Amino acid sequence: MDKFIQVDGLVVPLDRANVDTDAIIPKQFLKSIKRTGFGPNLFDEWRYLDHGEPGMDNSKRPLNPDFVLNQPRYHGAQILLARENFGCGSSREHAPWALDDYGFRAIIAPSFADIFCNNCFKNGLLPIVLDIANIDDLFQAVTATPGYHLKIDLEQQSIIAPNGVVYRFEVDAFRKNCLLNGLDDIGLTLQHVREIKEYEARRKLEAPWLFT
Amino acid sequence: MGTQTLYDKLWNGHVVHEEHDGTTLIYIDRHLVHEVTSPQAFEGLRLAGRKPWRIASMLAVADHNVPTTDRTQGIADPISRLQVETLDSNCDELGITEFRMADVRQGIVHVIGPEQGATLPGMTVVCGDSHTSTHGAFAALAFGIGTSEVEHVMATQCLLMKKARAMQVLVEGTLGKGVTAKDLVLAVIGKIGTAGGTGYAIEFAGSAIRALSMEGRMTICNMAIEAGARAGMIAVDDTTISYLKGRPFAPQGELWDKAVDYWRTLHSDEGAQFDKVVQLDAAEIKPQVTWGTSPEMVVAVDGNVPDPARESDPVKRSSIDLSLKYMGLQPNTPITEIRIDKVFIGSCTNARIEDLRAAAEVVRGKHVAANVKLAMAVPGSGLVKQQAEREGLDKIFIEAGFEWREPGCSMCLAMNADRLESGERCASTSNRNFEGRQGPGGRTHLVSPEMAAAAAIAGHFVDVRNF
Repeated sequence: MDKFIQVDGLVVPLDRANVDTDAIIPKQFLKSIKRTGFGPNLFDEWRYLDHGEPGMDNSKRPLNPDFVLNQPRYHGAQILLARENFGCGSSREHAPWALDDYGFRAIIAPSFADIFCNNCFKNGLLPIVLDIANIDDLFQAVTATPGYHLKIDLEQQSIIAPNGVVYRFEVDAFRKNCLLNGLDDIGLTLQHVREIKEYEARRKLEAPWLFT
Repeated sequence: MGTQTLYDKLWNGHVVHEEHDGTTLIYIDRHLVHEVTSPQAFEGLRLAGRKPWRIASMLAVADHNVPTTDRTQGIADPISRLQVETLDSNCDELGITEFRMADVRQGIVHVIGPEQGATLPGMTVVCGDSHTSTHGAFAALAFGIGTSEVEHVMATQCLLMKKARAMQVLVEGTLGKGVTAKDLVLAVIGKIGTAGGTGYAIEFAGSAIRALSMEGRMTICNMAIEAGARAGMIAVDDTTISYLKGRPFAPQGELWDKAVDYWRTLHSDEGAQFDKVVQLDAAEIKPQVTWGTSPEMVVAVDGNVPDPARESDPVKRSSIDLSLKYMGLQPNTPITEIRIDKVFIGSCTNARIEDLRAAAEVVRGKHVAANVKLAMAVPGSGLVKQQAEREGLDKIFIEAGFEWREPGCSMCLAMNADRLESGERCASTSNRNFEGRQGPGGRTHLVSPEMAAAAAIAGHFVDVRNF
């Protein structure tokens, strides 16, 4: 997994609540058996005026000029500012894969759906929760200020705005450590092989029907 | 230990290792696998030179991409076909039990697990699919995971997690005639919202829940994720045990007796404390219809489409505006005046035998309205289909003008050829009314099987209680 330490990135605001993973990456792109290449189809139904299917040349498709990602001032954004319950619905990890492939490194929202949030951490994408008043301030600032950047420092658990305001955020200590060091969960778990085997041996005695 | 919730018991029974900060290694008993979220996990395992930890814990089936029409020609779409073939070859290579497309046991993963007895009380059950919460109906700790976690479970038989908070949804009383488990869970989501259960595991309890069949309980737990909760669960009782007896993967003989003794302990203790309790009166719940693009946008069938002008919160008002625009609806329209183009009876929420029986009873001897272009009944598994045909339900549906299809996820998410065209409006027994979920530009209204069947006949939503 890629490390996440600091990001100083352009912010794009996506001003709607309950953005689901079907919207982040529609189902037709889930037929891929790869982990990469989802970026051009991120938010496909909002981003393009035509209907997208796998295998199309996305560079030739008509863009929806009203969709925020298509506005020139937000090109190259690395930080997505969102509303509550971002990433709800389907467990598809293709959603964080698409966000990552597009170039996002962090998402800031008042709340995230549980499975999506988990999937982000597995892919070096940092979901940051701030309270609604701060989110409202950020929406106002990013809309009013072309080129609005935020500096995210995971070690310090802080976001520094251009006006010097610092927003502090909480992050699970275990996940923070994994992101800072780019640690592989499976490798970490396999350090506990002996305990897993002991658990299995005990469980086989208690609930043998689970092992037939 | 003191008094424990059902969730406490399930969690404590699976702890392999716990860190000081509460990060816990949880053992996984059952790993269900489908074609969409597994290929990258198998590939990751292979690239790392790892093997699955316990192949016997795995059960695989292709359900999202499979056609629901004639299967003798295979899958027409080459990309869908490759994904299903990839699952087949991964299972062949590793010796994983898989129900292939031609196998009568094939079906939607969340229908076949319980049907086979592969889901048992006291288990941890995972699948790369958010509707894994369904299996919690058996007092299992069951939840959806992403593909990285699918690979993690394959490689280690464990997951790294932190314990969620516990919520009890207590529903006392009796559901009225024509009011179903689907209406109950939609009413819960309407009350707590799609993020109301975020960070919680929900236990559904109370006399209205105990009165439900296992099919009804599965419908309830299935949609726990639509309330934001990864896991939903219901205590074991006689209904649970009699459902499981004799199922192919369930224990037999002495092991059965031993298992039942243990299963009987799987309930929240008297006086167990929950972090949050939500109460509903079953008698007050009416048939529900969603009007928007989130399952929380739901109203009783005798209600109206809401008016955004009456919402003071700007974010909520904007959500209503966007939804009404997408759904092509005017504020204050009575729900019963909304006309439909298609009807879908199916999905992991409502494609079990009881759902098909209830829908068939509504359409028996009647015919689909002229404005309904397509009405489909899609059984949840080959065995459900077989049972329905034994009971003559297929004939009732076909005579009423429905199409009777092969089992799969079908138009719940339209990954196969079954989908809405842009602008088409559907009465659907599935679980998500998101934009584009049933096809780009498609408009979904979530309802119970009875309500979908009645809408098919009337051509618009009707109150099935007076139908």
